[in-house]
Amino acid sequence: MAANMKAKQVSHTQTDAGGATVDPEEWLHMYRQMYRIRSFEEEVNDLYTKALMPGLAHLYIGEEAVAVGVCESLKREDYITSTHRGHGHCLAKGASPDRMFAELLGRAPGYCKGKGGSMHIADQEGGNLGANAIVGAGSGIATGAAFSARMRKSGQVAVTFFGEGALGQGLLYEVMNMASLWKLPVVYVCENNLYNEYTHYSQTTAGELSARPAAFGIPVEVVDGQNVRAVYETARRFIERARNGEGPGFVICNTYRYHGHHVGDINRAYYRSKEEETLWKTERDPLNLLSQWLTEQHLADAAIFEQIEKEAREEMRSAVEFAIKAPFPDASEVTQHVYA
Amino acid sequence: MSMLKTSESTAGATNGKAMRELTMAQAVREALAEEMRRDARVFIMGEDVAEAGTPFKVLLGLVDEFGTDRVIDTPISEPGFAAIGVGAAMTGMRPVIDIMFGDFLTLTMDQMVNQAAKARYMSGGKFMVPIVFRTTLGATRRSAAQHSQSLHVWPSHVPGLKVVLPSTPYDAKGLLKTAIRDDNPVVYFEDKMNFTTKGMVPDEEYTIPFGVADIKRAGADITLVATSSMVYVALGAADKLKEIGISAEVVDPRTTFPLDKQTLVDSARKTSRAIVIDEGYERYGVTAELAAVIADGAFYYLDAPVKRMGAMDVPIPFSPALEDLTAPTADAVFQMAKTLCGRA
Repeated sequence: MAANMKAKQVSHTQTDAGGATVDPEEWLHMYRQMYRIRSFEEEVNDLYTKALMPGLAHLYIGEEAVAVGVCESLKREDYITSTHRGHGHCLAKGASPDRMFAELLGRAPGYCKGKGGSMHIADQEGGNLGANAIVGAGSGIATGAAFSARMRKSGQVAVTFFGEGALGQGLLYEVMNMASLWKLPVVYVCENNLYNEYTHYSQTTAGELSARPAAFGIPVEVVDGQNVRAVYETARRFIERARNGEGPGFVICNTYRYHGHHVGDINRAYYRSKEEETLWKTERDPLNLLSQWLTEQHLADAAIFEQIEKEAREEMRSAVEFAIKAPFPDASEVTQHVYA
Repeated sequence: MSMLKTSESTAGATNGKAMRELTMAQAVREALAEEMRRDARVFIMGEDVAEAGTPFKVLLGLVDEFGTDRVIDTPISEPGFAAIGVGAAMTGMRPVIDIMFGDFLTLTMDQMVNQAAKARYMSGGKFMVPIVFRTTLGATRRSAAQHSQSLHVWPSHVPGLKVVLPSTPYDAKGLLKTAIRDDNPVVYFEDKMNFTTKGMVPDEEYTIPFGVADIKRAGADITLVATSSMVYVALGAADKLKEIGISAEVVDPRTTFPLDKQTLVDSARKTSRAIVIDEGYERYGVTAELAAVIADGAFYYLDAPVKRMGAMDVPIPFSPALEDLTAPTADAVFQMAKTLCGRA
């Protein structure tokens, strides 16, 4: 793919990320990462609707720019904590889709030997401390990881992803208070996809969202969560600031989940309109926004995107095939790993 | 130590070694200091743990040696600092989280039950959560319903957690050192009425393995299984029983999980009668589990049903006149034992 990239034809590098120099290839890499997430989630939807996947599936489609923009600003050894809608974070932090699908299907080669599933997928080697099915709980673990990184003087940063629904959890404010007091290297990334499950956040959230971190003296920025360049630019600044010992940051990414709260949430008219969904999908799609910009800048053309998309779809199909063929865990596994 | 002259394993472990008399609080402090010297990953976090040394003064002086980087005062945010402890434990540290009163465990249930206890299993064995939650139990301090509960059965119920109930300074020190070195989440309960209880503790270093009950007093006619401060209640009853010619054996499980079922069963098989005494609520309590273990393992050897004595099933009342009715006493255990032995 690299050989036919238009990027090679431009002599200058782009200065788009807050004055930082970004190689055009890096933007294409982010496009690829976002498309891989979308393609992964489309396969999940397919597996789920064909009754091949047990349990629940909360799709990240529509929110890809948040996970990718943030994780591209992290090092592999940095930490993230994730949510029940966590496949995107896991992939963006570097997990491999074959072992992810195996986990989602409860198979032995899964990242957690099939014991965690979609809502608890974790990738220790890649710094993913796990998805979490308790809303807001990841904020505590990430703040603890940041505390640990500081004590160990490791230079690591922790990022916690959470939806705007987690703003209703007291734990978040307790750990933000301590993170600010102790200048911990943690960045709070709020994915505001507008809905706490089936309820618009305006019905659950008093005051201004950004006033909450501000009350703890934590710098906060609101970014267009559909624009991966904006997310990346902001995340990079906050993460570097945290790494330099200047304390926590809080990023509110305005975004949208195209599908329901979970795959089974089909009839959504009672809480949001078809028009609203269509508007986000047509006007605010993170993949389209990036490909349009790259095209306008003469950094890439349709052939490049088609190639990336084709490769991603093939990768995900073969990952699904691997998972479907993978064995279930042996019955003896049920009592393993209760204790270390 | 005077009440524990017959403690077999204690005597065995320390035979011929130099000993000193310490209080429970001193023993706990010594365990923490030794482990913090031994392992730079160990730190203490909680409310007023540093200069104040906790309201019970158990941690007094630790901050002088280890500084505020390792003895860390927190805001009054139990869920928050428990969660920070879990995250730190998952990423290479060994926190000791101070939960001032056992009643406040209720505030940390998500961190303890949904996060710490499950991270290893849910990750297929990738994560370790070597964290200790140090907290209290025990009534009769006139502290009323929200500062007097003995909730150790709650973590005992949850796979993934280990639960420690030391009764003597010797046990407190050896078990706390084991707890800190354990790679799993451990909930460690001290009876707040026993911080000044004294006992002999060896000069030299030792640890006590989990899941090994200690026979605090050997006997032939009836087994009194007792946890934490109820060990002293059982020993008091045993003294009285001796006066009427009944020889009681006092068995202290020391950890509810892992549980040394064999020692409990062996003792009941030997004596053919058993009472289980624990300061948690009687209903669905630790006494129920231990009685079931004995009934199951010693059924054909028993001359009487296994009896349970726990806290009265009421919120702990404030008035001393009422509070003292709620916890098992040596007299009540004595009466129950007499009845079981056909001497009523």
